[in-house]
Amino acid sequence: MAHTSTGISDAFIASSSEESVKGINVQEDAVKTYWATVLSRFLKHKVAVGGVFMILLLSLLAIFADVIASLTGLDPSAQKILQRYGEWSTSHPLGTDELGRDAFIRLLYGARVSLAVAMLSAVASMVVGILVGSLAGYYGGKLDTVLMRVTDSFLALPLIPILILMAALDFGKIPVVGAYMQGDEGSILKLIIIFVSFSWMVQARLVRGAILSIKKNEYVLAARTMGQSDWSIIVREMLPNVLAPVIVAVTLAVGQNILFEAALSFLGLGIQPPTASWGNMLNNALESINNRPSLVVIPGILILITVMSFNFLGDGLQDAMDPKASKS
Amino acid sequence: MASYIIRRLIQTVVLLIVLSFVTYLMMGLMPGDPLDIACSANPDCTTENLDQMKELMGLNDPIYIRYGKWAAGFVQGDLGYSRTYRVPASQILAPRVVNTMILGFLTMLVSLVIAIPLGVFASLKQHSKLDYFINMFAFAGISTPSFWLGLILIIVFSVKLDWLPAGGVETIGVDQSNFFAVLMDRIQYLILPVTALSMLTIASWVRYTRSSMLETLRMDYIRTARSKGLTESSVIRRHALRNALLPVVTVVALSFRLIFSGAVITEKVFSYQGIGSLMFDSIMGNDFNIAMCCFLMICLAVLLMNLLADVLYAYLDPRITYQ
Repeated sequence: MAHTSTGISDAFIASSSEESVKGINVQEDAVKTYWATVLSRFLKHKVAVGGVFMILLLSLLAIFADVIASLTGLDPSAQKILQRYGEWSTSHPLGTDELGRDAFIRLLYGARVSLAVAMLSAVASMVVGILVGSLAGYYGGKLDTVLMRVTDSFLALPLIPILILMAALDFGKIPVVGAYMQGDEGSILKLIIIFVSFSWMVQARLVRGAILSIKKNEYVLAARTMGQSDWSIIVREMLPNVLAPVIVAVTLAVGQNILFEAALSFLGLGIQPPTASWGNMLNNALESINNRPSLVVIPGILILITVMSFNFLGDGLQDAMDPKASKS
Repeated sequence: MASYIIRRLIQTVVLLIVLSFVTYLMMGLMPGDPLDIACSANPDCTTENLDQMKELMGLNDPIYIRYGKWAAGFVQGDLGYSRTYRVPASQILAPRVVNTMILGFLTMLVSLVIAIPLGVFASLKQHSKLDYFINMFAFAGISTPSFWLGLILIIVFSVKLDWLPAGGVETIGVDQSNFFAVLMDRIQYLILPVTALSMLTIASWVRYTRSSMLETLRMDYIRTARSKGLTESSVIRRHALRNALLPVVTVVALSFRLIFSGAVITEKVFSYQGIGSLMFDSIMGNDFNIAMCCFLMICLAVLLMNLLADVLYAYLDPRITYQ
């Protein structure tokens, strides 16, 4: 008896697992075709593809800044006081700044900091946004009301004054965590924390809205009936369906963050010298507006190109992933 | 409608109170202690004096009592005293608020006059060269750091061409009795900041107007209007534009936040004597009381504009109901 029963259950398990394997395959095919169509639609969006190339190029330059520095023998913090405001030359492709440092290699190191801060902040605020949005959307009720009130309050605030105020604070005065917010890496960490604190709201609203719209779908009910935990339903069943708008929002957020980082560092509140960032290079260049405008023009154009690339990318992704929401 | 407005008003007030408390807390985290600074300038100041002063000024009280005292004064119009300027805060704040209002409203006006026609033209000539160009311009506009644009404008129009002043609000010594002279003088100082500040709003409003128009032009009632034999200009002006501008109104009202926000940096670049640059200078100069007043003023203005946007939208669009 025992033997047969195990045999039957074995057979049952085998067949069901076979079925589920098939099911997964089917699902994966569907996923692939979806992403394949997204890709082909995206590739038709020429400016967006251009944006991707630009971003890749800048990221590579930023990643290999060390290699380029050692190959060319340029040092981002080596000062040559006698060669201040140097002309463009073979040894200094973009001239030198007010302390005689090479402008070209500083731009590369600046790209490193600016891109890293912007991307890390965008991803981190996505995580916070997903967390808040899915909790509010999935559980609803009082939790939803409270979370959304908080989200709305944050959204209502004037962003740049808040960022300036926060960046001016001495985080070192905060007990325990304050110790990590000082020094070179400290100013980067502080900036990321500030950006995340005031930019998770858009993601939270997006995720909440999307989860509300799929909450009543059969497959969610099915997952719940099969005894999946809330967490696993949210992560495995719901979030994949929310992915498209979230990715678009992250891309656009990177561009925004680059602008904010530049603005804060320009005011002297963001990345602290001698670490180079595009923003604080502009701050340093202020005194040379008269004799060397290129020190002001070039970092700004780099910011413009980078932010524009991210905006194009976001726009292209939006059109490719959600043709219904396409604007034209 | 009335109950909706009242509820939104209450929300705004609650948010302001919470915000003022949080700001008050944050000021404690600012680098540098005003008392230490005052004391370090005076060689006769001892630790005992410092303790006495702290006790006298109530700095040893718990934070909520200090906040309560400050808030009570604030509500009664006592905005405190400026450490840097040595005058009551309200005396410095008032002209600054007026300056920022001028800058803000002028920027809005200029942006509206430029953005809406551009957006409408782009939508009417969709996929044309003009549309493509306007779109590119809009993308560039939202991607440009406004402070950098300000610097470029200064380099071109003040340093190289010497047409316009690089910064400030007015020329010292202008004949104040001659209204026309004062006006012309102030306009000179406003051109560059308004240009720098309006770029972002123009760009985002163009995109908004364009997409809203395109959406409206696909509606059935537009086809109906056309098939009734109305002239194209009548279809566009009386049927499409009116409906398309509805969502734009909200965006415009909400953009006030962007303008006020961005104004901090633009004012700083052009040394424009507004509330934003005052806030920044006060933070940098350890004048925390002024910094806090400026920040709360900006918040108040922005929250009121948000409220106005919501009410305006509810008023303009009868389909929306609020419980």
